[in-house]
Amino acid sequence: MTGNPLLDMDRLIDDRRTRIIVCCGSGGVGKTTAAAAIGLRAAERGREVCVLTVDPARRLAQSMGLTSLDNTPRIVEGVEGKAGGSLHAMMLDMKRTFDEVVEAHADPARAAQILANPFYQSLSSGFAGTQEYMAMEKLGQLRRSNEWDLIVVDTPPSRSALDFLDAPERLGRFLDGRLIRVLTAPVKASRPFGRVLNAGLSVMTGALTKLLGGQVLRDAQTFVTAFDTMFGGFRERAEATYRLLQTPGTSFLVVAAPEPDALREASYFVERLDEERMPLAGLILNRVHAAGSAGLSAARSLAAAETLDGIIQNEPVASAPAAGYSVAAATLRLHAERMSLGERERRVSRAFTSAYPAVPVVEVPALPVDVHDLEGLRRIGEALADADGQRS
Amino acid sequence: MTTRDTDWDGVRLHVVTGKGGTGKTTVAAGLALALAHGGRKVLLMETEGRQGIARLFDRPPLPYQERKIAIGPGEADDGRDHGGDVYALAVDPEGALLDYLQMFYNMRSAGIALTRLGLVDFATTIAPGLSDVLVTGKATEAARRRRHGPPGGGYQYDAVVMDAPPTGRIGRFLNVTAEVSGLAKVGPVRTHADTVANVIKSPQTAVHFVSTLEEMPVQETLDGIAELRAIPGMQVGGIVINMARPAVLSPEELKAAPDVPAMAAALTDAGLRDTGDLAAALADELAEHARHVELQDRERAELEAAGQPVYELPMITEGVDLSGLHRLAAELRDQGAA
Repeated sequence: MTGNPLLDMDRLIDDRRTRIIVCCGSGGVGKTTAAAAIGLRAAERGREVCVLTVDPARRLAQSMGLTSLDNTPRIVEGVEGKAGGSLHAMMLDMKRTFDEVVEAHADPARAAQILANPFYQSLSSGFAGTQEYMAMEKLGQLRRSNEWDLIVVDTPPSRSALDFLDAPERLGRFLDGRLIRVLTAPVKASRPFGRVLNAGLSVMTGALTKLLGGQVLRDAQTFVTAFDTMFGGFRERAEATYRLLQTPGTSFLVVAAPEPDALREASYFVERLDEERMPLAGLILNRVHAAGSAGLSAARSLAAAETLDGIIQNEPVASAPAAGYSVAAATLRLHAERMSLGERERRVSRAFTSAYPAVPVVEVPALPVDVHDLEGLRRIGEALADADGQRS
Repeated sequence: MTTRDTDWDGVRLHVVTGKGGTGKTTVAAGLALALAHGGRKVLLMETEGRQGIARLFDRPPLPYQERKIAIGPGEADDGRDHGGDVYALAVDPEGALLDYLQMFYNMRSAGIALTRLGLVDFATTIAPGLSDVLVTGKATEAARRRRHGPPGGGYQYDAVVMDAPPTGRIGRFLNVTAEVSGLAKVGPVRTHADTVANVIKSPQTAVHFVSTLEEMPVQETLDGIAELRAIPGMQVGGIVINMARPAVLSPEELKAAPDVPAMAAALTDAGLRDTGDLAAALADELAEHARHVELQDRERAELEAAGQPVYELPMITEGVDLSGLHRLAAELRDQGAA
């Protein structure tokens, strides 16, 4: 269907130099399921795999035989294959991960002070940004532990799916920011400033007090002051993980469904990864409606259905083939709809593939039911690896 | 003005949520069009900076400004209904913050200076709850804004439709008091959050869920409904089933095993050749459709068991453009959602 090279999933997961696979894409395209399926296939081909997921649907956890997932990698039973691999799965608990980072970077008294601060509590359980930092942090931890020879991670369902790439930079911008200095200044020095500077500052703090209230401002100041000492180490870790993502041992897979929004997001990803010099392995085009084996166009199918309608109308009601005709006409309409849906999917996919002709692509057909068990994940893994060789 | 009853009379703020990929932006836009009739003015708000609304209406990216974006259809069979107007606004935390400072403290310039210093970065980084309060605050402000003129006049907008964050985040997003209560026990932000919560947790606001008839979106919808029901005062609205594929045959016809020879005979009479293989392939497609319909019925039953009004919108195979939006709007009107 496209001129793009075929994404060779098995070569990617069989290559021992591949240590991290990051699945990214917009929400609702089957990213988490794809990550789990890749993990399972790699394990059954002999790798020691850990799948790090951010927010799995309960059924997906169940499909791996886990009633719940927590912040510790759990072994997934039922991995087959003689290759002797294994599969672990874990779900990011961002608050706990954040707490651990604080405890690792501050002395016990200061750590306790930070953990009790309302701003810290909001930050560590809030959504925007924190999940991205913590996913990066966890990935770095898993990689450093060297317990797994392949880590498959799916990225958070961010407002912008690119947020996780920005995590270190945003953190840095925030820490270096003047706002931090404005916030901390009134605590450190209320008098020594010159008159002009002082006036500027008091406008700022005045506005902040109006906006946030005095108590909030004091909490923020306490938080920033307490956090100040560990910012450096925190940022270093984020940057180390960021650099890890640029190494040849990492591969990015962009997941998309053949719909305009998902593919637009995929385009951003491809370009952004290129800008950041992150290694892109290819695009998974998920949930494609296959044309089926009936080689009949939508137009001819509709025409035939209309012909049958005409015959039905002109026949006496009791005539024997009428029932068969109406079933056939309905089936032809169904087929026409399927063909036009397939045509539309091909059209929007072509817009992507012709813009990025060098990006390897693999298509995964839409499944009628969701994945419930390892067998379901295995089937998706086979489709991802193009195991039935439909394209070759 | 028409006086037809709808399921949501009295609701001024319609919050639309849904799992990613279920088409919640499309449904929000369709609902706004459906509500814009009988001279009504409707504001459609985007909250996630994706500019999905502009694309749907085939317009350049929306600024932080309320702009007329479409004309509501009215009712074709009712000459008295001349339709209404849909305005659109892409709200972002930064713009909402400046509005807030201007409206309550007349401090817009200080706000701009703070924004330059990175206050918005600060708010979204350190306290995501604060930016949620600002965004929901903009929606409640628009829903309660009076028309210019003498006091006691009508509202500027007859309804506000908010394209809200996805289902997984909706409880936190709307439960603004809980979000800031840990941060601010007293003070202006807390007061603001309480004002916003009074509107969100009132019969003036309804939260609608968009789902497709697939397992994961249905499960998330049910989880989201349970989460909102646990918050006192919050009104769960309707469930909008999106992209449904209608059954092409009766349940009895679908249950019967496809009769391949009869199919082949019918195809031959319809003027098609090679009917042997074609009939078998089409019979397979029919059987797959039957399985799909069965699965959809099961998921639909799960959604109906939630006890909220359920609306069903068809899959628009050729992709949703303005005419598609009008089709969806008409469906929502016919089914009583607007």
